[in-house]
Amino acid sequence: MRRVVVYIALVLFSFLCLVPIAWLVVSAFKANPDFHVYAFMPPADRLTLSNFPSLFRQMPFLRFMMNSFFVAGVTVIVQLFFSSLGGFALAKYVFAGKKVIMGVMLATMMIPGPVLLAPMYELIYHLGLIDSHLGLIVPGMVNVFGMFLFRQSIVSVPDEMLQAARIDGCNEFQIFWHVVLPVSRPMIGAFCLIAFMGTWNSFLWPQIILQSSDRFTLPIGLNQMVGVYEADYGAMMSGTLLAVLPVVVLFFLLQKEFIAGLTKGAVKG
Amino acid sequence: MADIAFRGVNKIYPNGFQALHDLDLEIQDGEFLVMVGPSGCGKSTTLRMLAGLEDISSGDLLIAGERVNGLHPAARNIAMVFQSYALYPHKTVQGNIEFPLRMAKVPKDEVKARALKVARMLELEPLLNRKPGLLSGGQRQRVAMARALVRDPVAFLLDEPLSNLDAKLRVQMRAEIAALQQRTGTTTVYVTHDQVEAMTMGDRVAVFKAGCLQQVDTPQRLFERPVNTFVGSFIGSPSMNLIASYVESAGDGLALTLAGERISLAHGLEARFDDPIGSAGLVVQVGLRPEDVIDPHLVGADQRLHGRVVMTELLGREQMVYLNLRDGTRVVARLHADRRLHSGEAIAIGIDPARLYLFQADGRSLTYR
Repeated sequence: MRRVVVYIALVLFSFLCLVPIAWLVVSAFKANPDFHVYAFMPPADRLTLSNFPSLFRQMPFLRFMMNSFFVAGVTVIVQLFFSSLGGFALAKYVFAGKKVIMGVMLATMMIPGPVLLAPMYELIYHLGLIDSHLGLIVPGMVNVFGMFLFRQSIVSVPDEMLQAARIDGCNEFQIFWHVVLPVSRPMIGAFCLIAFMGTWNSFLWPQIILQSSDRFTLPIGLNQMVGVYEADYGAMMSGTLLAVLPVVVLFFLLQKEFIAGLTKGAVKG
Repeated sequence: MADIAFRGVNKIYPNGFQALHDLDLEIQDGEFLVMVGPSGCGKSTTLRMLAGLEDISSGDLLIAGERVNGLHPAARNIAMVFQSYALYPHKTVQGNIEFPLRMAKVPKDEVKARALKVARMLELEPLLNRKPGLLSGGQRQRVAMARALVRDPVAFLLDEPLSNLDAKLRVQMRAEIAALQQRTGTTTVYVTHDQVEAMTMGDRVAVFKAGCLQQVDTPQRLFERPVNTFVGSFIGSPSMNLIASYVESAGDGLALTLAGERISLAHGLEARFDDPIGSAGLVVQVGLRPEDVIDPHLVGADQRLHGRVVMTELLGREQMVYLNLRDGTRVVARLHADRRLHSGEAIAIGIDPARLYLFQADGRSLTYR
């Protein structure tokens, strides 16, 4: 009986989560006038594919997508490298001030992002990175959350394995590269997905930093379609649908690792 | 291959705990040395210092005459097999075996050839493409051995490598390791807490207690000539019985008062005392191995002890008999099983004074130093 109640609750919750996605899919095929007539699904004969050509006519969608791929791809790779390296140091080395450093790192996670916008803008301005993709990549290079995520994962790697690698001729970086990183594969999958989604969907910071339209990422580009007096919701929804597809594909590619990474350590043995 | 020498080596941890006291130990080229002792005795610490995984607080560690105190583990050209095997789970058996050679930047053709040769030697060839997760305990153990052997190291360090195996496999692997060491002739240092492993495998055995080396000698000499009660009772299974006693004058010789009974020390045993005449009244501990208990009918009345059986353990042709002597001292005797004994039964046991071990009150041997 209890199981039935749990299943009903889960189904309801899943339904709630799926409603916006279903609405997005339907809206991508809805003609603009129908947005004000049909709240959700118009009659099937009124569905149209015309939003997609309209989208590509109105904006350099592929360009925006490539920009997003570039920024998210580079950010994820750099973040992955530094987060796993930092996590390795925190998990497996004893050094002076380690607890203090970890405390400071945790404290930085408690500062709300918008508070840092102004000082970060000033920093990026002085670095001469305004209106550049580097201005998006550099502030995201080091991810404290990622370091803690990897620390938790790497703590469970047996010390004897690292010592065996040391005896087998590895220096400390080679131990990280040849042993620690490969055995942390589930966490890498989970982290890549989280980091990619964060960067891919990032709106506020790119909106502040980017000025030239040929450097816009997808969320900024799509937002340009909202005019003062009118908005082409159909094209915008088709663009949004196309924009979420890479994240969905990535999730299905990494879902095995993602689930394993999130549940790692939850079950003994 | 190389000689290894510890000269006055100490290990003190930052919290002040001293894990090793003034260790002096020489290991000969090609020798199989077993370090044995109870948990926390410093044997693994010694091995880890030899591997370069632990710093040496003071003293010198020499390999082939060269001081290696601060040398990185990789630079020592030493191979180690860990208790957990420490295989790389993401690599195949072949990848694991080849890894040390790849790190040493050995040419690819040579890497393959050497890995294959070692895999053949350890009968791992059919398993080369499997990952460690799909191997049995014994197979993993062999992979760990292969990974160590492939480097052609100057010394082979093994840290309780058999303790995760079941009893049958342990006996089999014990013989395999000993045979492998004889074939390769590589200096081998083997750590275990199992005295049977120590006695059956090593050319010499080093016994540790509380960070101090107690005695290092061949297995037979350790058994026959223990320098103190710790070594006497640690080596041998079941343990040597230790009975508080004192020396008395008996006519023109000496006698021992053991558990309220007098055992004559005729048969030249007085020679074990530095000053036989002056030894009367000396408080000693007497070591009696369970297998040295003999049929009371074979000895005179002055070489018998009496007691009551507490329990027996039947082991096929033999039985372990636990008995309380007259003063309540508990001893164990290994007797023939042809006559079954029962709890509460009064029996006599025979003592051959020539096979008794005599220790001073502080535990040091009166005879062997």
